[in-house]
Amino acid sequence: MTAIVLDNVCKTFGKTPALAGVSGEIAAGRLTGLVGPDGAGKTTLIRLMAGLLAPDEGRLSVAGLDPVVDGDALAESVGYMPQRFGLYEDLSVLENLHLYAELRALPRRDYGRTLDRLLEFTRLGPFTDRLAGRLSGGMKQKLGLACALITSPKVLLLDEPGVGVDPVSRQDLWRMVQELTAEGMAVIWATAYLEEAERCEDVLLLNEGKLTFRGPPGDLTRRLQGRCFQVLGQDDRRNLLSRVLALPGVCDGTIEGDRIRVVMDAGVDLPDLPGVTDVRPVPPRFEDAFIDLLGGGPGGHSPLAEQMPESTARDDTVSCEKLTRRFGDFVAADEVSFSVKSGEILGLLGPNGAGKSTTFKMLCGLLEPSGGEARVAGVDLRRAASDAKLKLGYMAQKFSLYGLLSVRQNLAFYAGVYGLRGRQKRERISQMVEALQLGPLLNRSPDQLSLGFKQRLALACALMHRPPILFLDEPTSGVDPITRREFWTHINGLVTRGVTVLVTTHFMDEAEYCDRVALMHRGRIIALDTPDNLKARAGEGASMEQAFIHLIEGQGDE
Amino acid sequence: MSSRRLRALVFKESLQILRDPSAILIAFVLPVLLLFLFAYAVSLDIRQVPLGVVLQTDSARAQSLAAEFGGTRYFKVVPARHRHEVTPLLVSGHIKGYVVIPPDFEQRLLRGEPLIQVITDGTQPNTANFVAGYTRGTLVNWLSDHGLQSPVRLEPRFWFNPEVETRRFLVPGAIAIIMTMIGTLLTALVVAREWERGTMEALLSTPARIPEILLGKLLPYFGLGLIATMGSTLLAIHIFDVPLRGSWGTLLLVSSCFLVPALGQGLVISALAKNQFIAAQAALFSGFLPAFLLSGFLFEIDAMPPAIRLLTHIVPARYFIESLHSIFLVGDVWPLLTRDMLAMLAIGAVMFVIARAKTRKSLE
Repeated sequence: MTAIVLDNVCKTFGKTPALAGVSGEIAAGRLTGLVGPDGAGKTTLIRLMAGLLAPDEGRLSVAGLDPVVDGDALAESVGYMPQRFGLYEDLSVLENLHLYAELRALPRRDYGRTLDRLLEFTRLGPFTDRLAGRLSGGMKQKLGLACALITSPKVLLLDEPGVGVDPVSRQDLWRMVQELTAEGMAVIWATAYLEEAERCEDVLLLNEGKLTFRGPPGDLTRRLQGRCFQVLGQDDRRNLLSRVLALPGVCDGTIEGDRIRVVMDAGVDLPDLPGVTDVRPVPPRFEDAFIDLLGGGPGGHSPLAEQMPESTARDDTVSCEKLTRRFGDFVAADEVSFSVKSGEILGLLGPNGAGKSTTFKMLCGLLEPSGGEARVAGVDLRRAASDAKLKLGYMAQKFSLYGLLSVRQNLAFYAGVYGLRGRQKRERISQMVEALQLGPLLNRSPDQLSLGFKQRLALACALMHRPPILFLDEPTSGVDPITRREFWTHINGLVTRGVTVLVTTHFMDEAEYCDRVALMHRGRIIALDTPDNLKARAGEGASMEQAFIHLIEGQGDE
Repeated sequence: MSSRRLRALVFKESLQILRDPSAILIAFVLPVLLLFLFAYAVSLDIRQVPLGVVLQTDSARAQSLAAEFGGTRYFKVVPARHRHEVTPLLVSGHIKGYVVIPPDFEQRLLRGEPLIQVITDGTQPNTANFVAGYTRGTLVNWLSDHGLQSPVRLEPRFWFNPEVETRRFLVPGAIAIIMTMIGTLLTALVVAREWERGTMEALLSTPARIPEILLGKLLPYFGLGLIATMGSTLLAIHIFDVPLRGSWGTLLLVSSCFLVPALGQGLVISALAKNQFIAAQAALFSGFLPAFLLSGFLFEIDAMPPAIRLLTHIVPARYFIESLHSIFLVGDVWPLLTRDMLAMLAIGAVMFVIARAKTRKSLE
């Protein structure tokens, strides 16, 4: 049975088309993933289905209704959970549920039964009196889901329900959604994580407002059968990746722990590679298929890294000992200890609120620790934070670029801030412009650039003073997989030149690029090891996410 | 319109008001502060103005005139024998003016020549006028008391506010300012907050209709506004000795009429501004400032240039302040009150039409 029909749906904001002619059908009783990178048009499409926006062209029908004409009737058969937590943080769990029960006219006699069922379903029973603002990210999403489900809608629209949720709660959400589809509900789950797409029964793959694939995810990945390999080399895996990507016929390549994952173009065999000790074929993944659809990943060469001087100093390291930060009663970072070797990538991995950013800000000298010690490039941050700052480059989550300055002025500003002048400053800027191909964009405002170019510019600004240590705070969140590969090509190149990198991320697969990963949960590091060892702890063939869940469950539920 | 949904929304909003310290602050603490401020700090009455009295003769009558200046409660006299003693005080602002009683005072009295010289600080025109006026008044009183001359004596009588205490004028006006804050500012803020926090998006996806959402916002703030009015009135009567000559019922009726345009204006702002900062700025500029400057609260409307005077007709606070003055100081003057209430309701109706047209059940 068809729950939603899309017929050439177009929507434009200002001059930018958000959706350019999307057509398709979504079946009832199935979990349909609406998949694509940020800016692909997922949220716009979901809002159109919820009747919150009207299409410029084309038509859509949701549960047999036209959202534009029958908005009021539609609201009764559609449950919608917006991307941002849409409930009242100053009301308790129960008060929020009651409000939505009243708004959706839940019959009084069903009250007790429905609420009991939902509280049991979401396991929120023990927290009914807690204010929604005090819930964890995962519990908030579950409450949002409960409120959207109060009168059992025919269609359930979930806009990125997995964002900001720890892997354990995400597991819960999947389980809940699967139960709902079994009851015949049509569930649409929007996500930017391609690995989430594999868990959906059907997928609508969006890219730049266009539908690039529609059907079960297996149909797409099956096309890549026999084209994916894991390769183990003697030599450094980053160098190996760079060499492999330069070969003709290689579609895509990424690092996976000690090995590299290679995807070949259709009809091309994996060539013999010198220095390779082991090759094993692996099943294709949805992300491989997505990259293949877009015409393959970028090359493995980083002109940016070539300009960096080889760093040989042995003290270009970061270390901390029992670093703690309290905000009132809340311990955001609890006795965090680790050290990063020179030329190593250390990843801080964990869901939102785990304490990654707090730890990070203390190491950059942006936040005073409540206790413990931190050293950057051999300098104690308590004594000489500004000396340490000259040795590190920092790329913030939202890029910190000035929208009112042009690209050129942004570069000049950061060069000036780091004390470059005269000829050296001009040379450094022109090198960056050349290496990152920013030339045609110099007079534009960063606000007009695509996310990928913003990211390049932010990286250029952070590297202007050629720091031996680089801090990256969620550098690739929301960026499409191709741009993400491009970014990691630069980072890999920098690391082979001896730059030390500390990176925070909540992308589990991004952890694979790191030499070692520190898993953070509720302010503490619960494990610190190489990605392969972490995965091995969760059992043979486990993914990073499974490893994380395994380790958290090992902690016991406090 | 479903009464069940409306009730749920009103209940939700009321819970939020009770839990939000800033709403309580604006509704209850701010009024107390404002009332104290307007009652004490912004007094337009002048008392104990420091005045130099330069006595250049020792004749009995000159001394009795000098004593007359010291005897009024309007002046605080700084005695001197020479001008150069008080001139620096005037320059430095320690006194607001001085009076010179010349050496030939007795002769001048006989000849009927000007008796005294008054020097005032022209940089503060109000005070200068006051000093000039009151010194002349004091002199005239003294002359007639001594049977020397019998010029025309002015005896002004002020009706309704016999002591011409500005407090009696300002405190009812302050209530209008407070109501503007609650009606316009709070309403604009809470709707903008729903947009900012993303709760509006979830609300819009439910079967709740726009009029229900808007009414669900308005009713609690309507109640809050009336409660604040009652609180402020109790303060005004019992602490600031402002009489309430009209009835409580009339006061609440007029206040309810004023809340219609005030809340309507808040809704218009919130329909246009979807973040709290812009909403607050817009509420201050379009609600608070006109209520302050163009309502007759501080500045008399009759003294304004004609263009500005016309503009005051669309400021609802103008009618409210006029009504409040009449209820507090005169009584229930129904012809005046009816006219004012109709004007406020008319402005309110326009606001609601605009708000309804601009608020759509959509995210665009």
